[in-house]
Amino acid sequence: MLHRLRHYIKSATFWDLIKGLSVTGRYFFKRKITIQFPEEKTPVSPRFRGIHALRRYPNGEERCIACKLCEAVCPALAITIEAEPREDDGSRRTTLYDIDLFKCVYCGFCEEACPVDAIVLTDMSDYHMEQRGEQILTKEKLLAIGDKYEATIAKERGEEKIYR
Amino acid sequence: MASLITLIWLLVKIVALVLALVVLVIYLTYLERKVIGYMQSRIGPNRVGPRGLFQPFADMLKLLTKELIFPTASNRYLFLVAPMISFGTALAGWAIVPFDKGMVFANLNAGVLYSLAVSSLGVYGILVAGWASNSKYALFGALRAAAQSISYEIAMGFALIGVMMAANSLNFQTVIEAQSGGIWHWYWLPLFPLFIIYWISGVAETNRTPFDVAEGESELVAGFHVEYSGVMFALFYFAEYANMILISTLITVLFLGGWLSPFQGIPYLEQVFAGVPGFIWLGLKLSFFVYCYLWFRATFPRFRYDQIMRLGWKVFIPLTLVWIVVVALAVQFHLPPWFK
Repeated sequence: MLHRLRHYIKSATFWDLIKGLSVTGRYFFKRKITIQFPEEKTPVSPRFRGIHALRRYPNGEERCIACKLCEAVCPALAITIEAEPREDDGSRRTTLYDIDLFKCVYCGFCEEACPVDAIVLTDMSDYHMEQRGEQILTKEKLLAIGDKYEATIAKERGEEKIYR
Repeated sequence: MASLITLIWLLVKIVALVLALVVLVIYLTYLERKVIGYMQSRIGPNRVGPRGLFQPFADMLKLLTKELIFPTASNRYLFLVAPMISFGTALAGWAIVPFDKGMVFANLNAGVLYSLAVSSLGVYGILVAGWASNSKYALFGALRAAAQSISYEIAMGFALIGVMMAANSLNFQTVIEAQSGGIWHWYWLPLFPLFIIYWISGVAETNRTPFDVAEGESELVAGFHVEYSGVMFALFYFAEYANMILISTLITVLFLGGWLSPFQGIPYLEQVFAGVPGFIWLGLKLSFFVYCYLWFRATFPRFRYDQIMRLGWKVFIPLTLVWIVVVALAVQFHLPPWFK
């Protein structure tokens, strides 16, 4: 009886509704937590696995020696490699190194398999394609990404060295 | 000649009102996104123009340039007419709204009845749209809208009867004049339950949250306007927001003294604010109710269909009936200070 009376009084005075409105009313004046994405970014872990890159040695020589361990370990079969001895010095190099970004699952196994730290996953998470076929990262594109971000790649690899 | 000039002058005023309404409505959509964003710890649109102020224009341009799609199974004629009915009635309701003393398009003696009639006609736009689309979602949305507005129309009508009895008039100007004498003389106090019921019924009448089962996104995709695109969708959108502003204005006129200053009868403040024109007071009061629409939308979940019907038929209608008797007695026995 008393319970029902309380219920009636509560609903007649809109008690619950007013409580709800006061919550949203308070949030109206609270600090907003939106991050203005292209200008501001959230912190990214150095272990983040984003777009791929092929690295070079400081003297400009590409690291990859076409051992094809990454191709073998890739669970999504996203990597395709063809290799031949290089014409000028006969060293073993890749002639084709393609990564299909639509197949890649960003597991990072290629980076772990690589004996010379050539293929790495950078912490770049924002990239896009505008045309069909652009999802294939060729050797040139991978090396270009590597050249562009070599500083951060080297720094992050250095920080993480003791855990590897 | 004189009648021609009056006609042209009237046309100019109508165009001015419609333009003002269009600007108000498109900025209301901007405000809605901002307010709901702020209540969810976001900041809302902020990319187009400074602080996103040009966002509504971008949206409008997008809608106007989009293709009109007529579903093959639809009734093309009715499909085209439905948004026009919605749009037309949303505008027609403004004809009797007094913005200031003597500032009104049609000073109708039966203004209250006219506003009831126009708001009921608006439902036809939704009904016809739902039927002509020949889609199950649209049809369900239209059926729900019809059932809902019939139920709440009655409670709204009864609330209006209370106001009519208190003011002893059906003319909006007279209703406002009868409320003069400061904030305690406005009808929200003696007719408090009717005021609350009219307010809630107004939210239900415009199909806004928490009464938006007619377009309930989660079960009916978009309700009666699922099949609409481009300009025709924009017309429905405009009608919904114009109706929101109209209902807010009507609440203000009927229960909060319209263009009357709230400081009437208070010694110093009355003189200080004497120069403020009436339509400013009207705007301030109605913007509170418009803001409440957005606030409700950010706060309340949708009512279940049977809960809406229960609230309308088993709570509002009996309550208004009882309060009509109370008002009748108060008027009959000249209850001071309201009914002299």
